Formats: sequence, structure tokens, C-alpha cells
Amino acid sequence: MTVKGKAYIAGAFEHPTRKAIDKSLAQLHAEVAKGALDDAGLTKDDVDGYFCAGDAPGLGGLSMIDYMGLKLRHMDTTETGGSSYVIHVAHAAQAIAEGKCKVALITLAGRPKASGEATGTKPRNYGTDSPDVAFEFPFGPTIVNNYAMCARRHMYEFGTTSEQLAWIKVAASHHAQHNPNAILKNVVTVEDVVNSPMIADPLHRLDCCVISDGGGALVVVAPEIAATLNRPKIRIMGAGEAPKHQMGGHIDLTYSAAAVSGPAAFAEAGIKPSDIKYASIYDSFTVTVLIQLEDLGFCAKGDGGKFVSDGNLISGVGKLPFNTDGGGLCNNHPGNRGGMTKVIEAVRQLRGEAHPAVQVPNCDIALAHGTGGSLGTRHAAGTLILERV
Amino acid sequence: MIMTKLRTIPAPHIDPDTQEYWKGISEGKLLVKYCRSCKSPHYYPRAICPHCGSDDTYFEESSGRGHIYSFSVFRAAPAPYAIAYVTLAGTDISMMTNIVNCDFDALDIGQEVKVCFSETEGDGPPVPTFEPV
Repeated sequence: MTVKGKAYIAGAFEHPTRKAIDKSLAQLHAEVAKGALDDAGLTKDDVDGYFCAGDAPGLGGLSMIDYMGLKLRHMDTTETGGSSYVIHVAHAAQAIAEGKCKVALITLAGRPKASGEATGTKPRNYGTDSPDVAFEFPFGPTIVNNYAMCARRHMYEFGTTSEQLAWIKVAASHHAQHNPNAILKNVVTVEDVVNSPMIADPLHRLDCCVISDGGGALVVVAPEIAATLNRPKIRIMGAGEAPKHQMGGHIDLTYSAAAVSGPAAFAEAGIKPSDIKYASIYDSFTVTVLIQLEDLGFCAKGDGGKFVSDGNLISGVGKLPFNTDGGGLCNNHPGNRGGMTKVIEAVRQLRGEAHPAVQVPNCDIALAHGTGGSLGTRHAAGTLILERV
Repeated sequence: MIMTKLRTIPAPHIDPDTQEYWKGISEGKLLVKYCRSCKSPHYYPRAICPHCGSDDTYFEESSGRGHIYSFSVFRAAPAPYAIAYVTLAGTDISMMTNIVNCDFDALDIGQEVKVCFSETEGDGPPVPTFEPV
């Protein structure tokens, strides 16, 4: 069964907060849900399917379903970290195609800033039952030094440079200057990035994404519901999901699970990378973008450094406008999970509702890609291809 | 003299199926899990081979030699340290570790290293770290 043409994204909402000291986690989830339903022209009573991941408080989705007073016939709490919400859109489309629900609500929220978490630089312990922890946690694996090892290996194998990686941040900053909600609104240069403090070499401070509170929500609906709504029609063309891990010790840090999820999504959509007018690419770090662009087929493996240079990712300048909201690198990375905002900006572009300074002309086909977990150990990728009809 | 703050290493949690591995570490031996069915080594050690699914697995002592596959020095940490993947000599498997007793600025991919054992907090066993040859 294919999801092509079987479901539409009717509602999308990004919470404007970046530091939510005065709001609870449950409240943030409920606020983004309300925002996305308002955007679609629907209410909570229309929702019959709910999707959330590990950021939702309580057991699975149960506490949030209770808090929001939802009456459902379908639930899915697939947890793949930051890519969860990209995968949720695909799972919602599958559920809709099978008749399991007609209006699917997906929420994400987090408040790492308010709670003062050192999310990128503190070694993460997933608990002693996690079989890998004894063989990794003693060595101080953090999000940033894991991705740094990927960057180092990519540089070694393909000659990628810090200056090339810096271009990714430069492009994001060119977009973020037009986003009043962005945390980092100043345009930066390649020199700014490579001269910023070294965090975990070869990654500098400006190679890293922001840490922010907030969240976002999406409403995915059946075609007959989309037909009744007064919103642009954003249809799902194709989707792919895949995990990648250490393969029993056969470590290869030069590619990601996008090498599997990307081709699957393009095959289902029946299009090729050159047909994509706009791409939302997961950007926990600059190197995350580089590796995924190669894996998704926008350029050959190893050519990512050349591909991203000289403003090629800047809207109105380059061939592949990316993350026109400023992305996780400059705008927002709510709850350390960037997949939701990737889908939201792709929807804005397809609707023609991005900021005029970054809106891609005639944007009829877009891609949103997420990675959850760590490229340096184990992660899951989700790729979504959307069209305006 | 530059005083370098030393990072304390958390003790590993020992499971029933990894007891033999950690006993080896405590005796100064780096054990690698092999599979009799597909003849392949794997890391980290499991009861069931992740390559072929056989439960006929056994430990074999490694030479403790290897080379750096990739690494990163966490410069911003209160006590900077080098995380790395080291590929074990004579195998195609790599393990996460720390490179210790080294000049952080002189580390390189491909560099030859040998196992050494670093103490951990509390009563836990040491962990296998590597140092330049």
C-alpha cells in the first residue's frame, strides 16, 4: 500500500516561545495542538487520531489525551527522537489510508531551556537496561562529540573542510534574519563560524543548533476532510523511514539512515531530488545537514562540502533553498527535537506562507527530513515528500 | 606546569551476559566476542550474534592493538577528553573508547594505539581505553 495522495497536511503551528518558564510541558503540547487545529479550521472534537513521542509527559500519549480531552479511535507513540514527527506524518497517512482515523493530531513540546538542561554537552545515560550504555557512557559520549566524530571522518575520507561546513550556518543565518521569533537573528560569515569557540573538534560553537523551548503541531487529514477546509491543499507524495546503528561494530560514520529513507520516499513519490524546490533538512549540527544532503541524493557522497558552499542553500541565491525559517541552527530546536519544525516550514513554503524574503517562487514540491538519536551511534531517519495541489 | 583537571569515568553497569567481559577487563585482558557459526567478531559483546543470529558465541582475547577510526577532543568540557572509535587490529570491528596518556593536538585518524585500562568511580571495574603506541 502507498500513502501517495492518501492524506493532506491541513494544519501546522509552531509555538512562538523559545523559553517557557511560565508554562508547563502539558500546557505547551495543548497550546500547539490548539494552534494547529485553529490553523486547519478544525476543533479538538474533530480529532480521532493522536500521535506523540517521548517528549509527551506521562505514559505514552495517555496523559496528553486525558489533558486535552480527546476522544480517539487511533493512537501511535512511535519514538525515534527528533525524527519522530516526520515519521508520525507518514504513520498518520497510513492510518488514514486504512480508515483508522480521519483527523490525526501530532504534537511536540519541550522546555530544556527553562529547566536548564545541558542537552548537547552532557553525556546522555539512557539507563542501565540499555545494552550499549556500559560500553559507551563511561567514555563521555555527548550529542556534540558524537557528531564531531562523524565530521572528522567525513573530512578524512572526502577532504571536507570547516569552512564548507560553516556555509551551512551562514545560509541558515541569512534566512533567520527575517524570522522575528528566531533565537539567532544576526547574519554570520564563514569566518564567524570557524573563529567561534571550539566545542568538540572539529565542531565549533556556531556549528551547533540552538537550545530552545516551545514546540509545534500538525494536523493530517483524509482527502474528504481536506476538501471541506479553506486552506491550501498540501498532499503527501511519499515517505520513508529507516534506522541505522553500529552494525555489530562495523562502524561507518560517513553516511546516515537517510541513505535508506530518502530513496524510499523518492520512489513512492515517483520523483527525483532535482524535482525538489525546497528542502527542510535536520540541522542539529552543520555536519548533520551535509551528510543527509548526500544521502538524500542532492549530490554524490563526498561532494557535500562543495554542494553547500558559496550560498547554494540560501533562498534566492542557491539551487537548493533549505530551512528558510532559520532551522535548528538559528531559529528553534524545541525540546532538542527538530523534526516537527522541519515539516512546518515545508508546509509554509508549499502554501506560499513563508516570509516573503525567503519564499521560494512556485514552490510546489518540498522535502522534509529528520534524524533522531545520534549519527555517531544509532539513529532513525524519516523523509517526507509533499506537494501543493 | 599546566594543571589538567582529570575527568572521572563513571563505572560501567555489569549485566549477566557481560560478566565474563568485565572479569577479563579486571584481569587486564580485552576480550572480543566471536561467533562459531559465521566466524565473525562483534562489538559490544552479546549473547546472540548480531550478524547471523546464532547463540553459539564465545570470547577470545584481543591483541589490544588497533588504530583510530575517528575521534573528537571535547575542548569545552571542564576536563577535556578525547572520545574515539578504535578499530581492533585483525578485525573489522570498532569500539567506542577514550584515547588517554596522549597529546590531544597530535591525535590523528589511522594512528596506531594499544589498550590500557582506566580506573572508574567507586567499586566498578576499569574500562578499556587506548593510548598511542
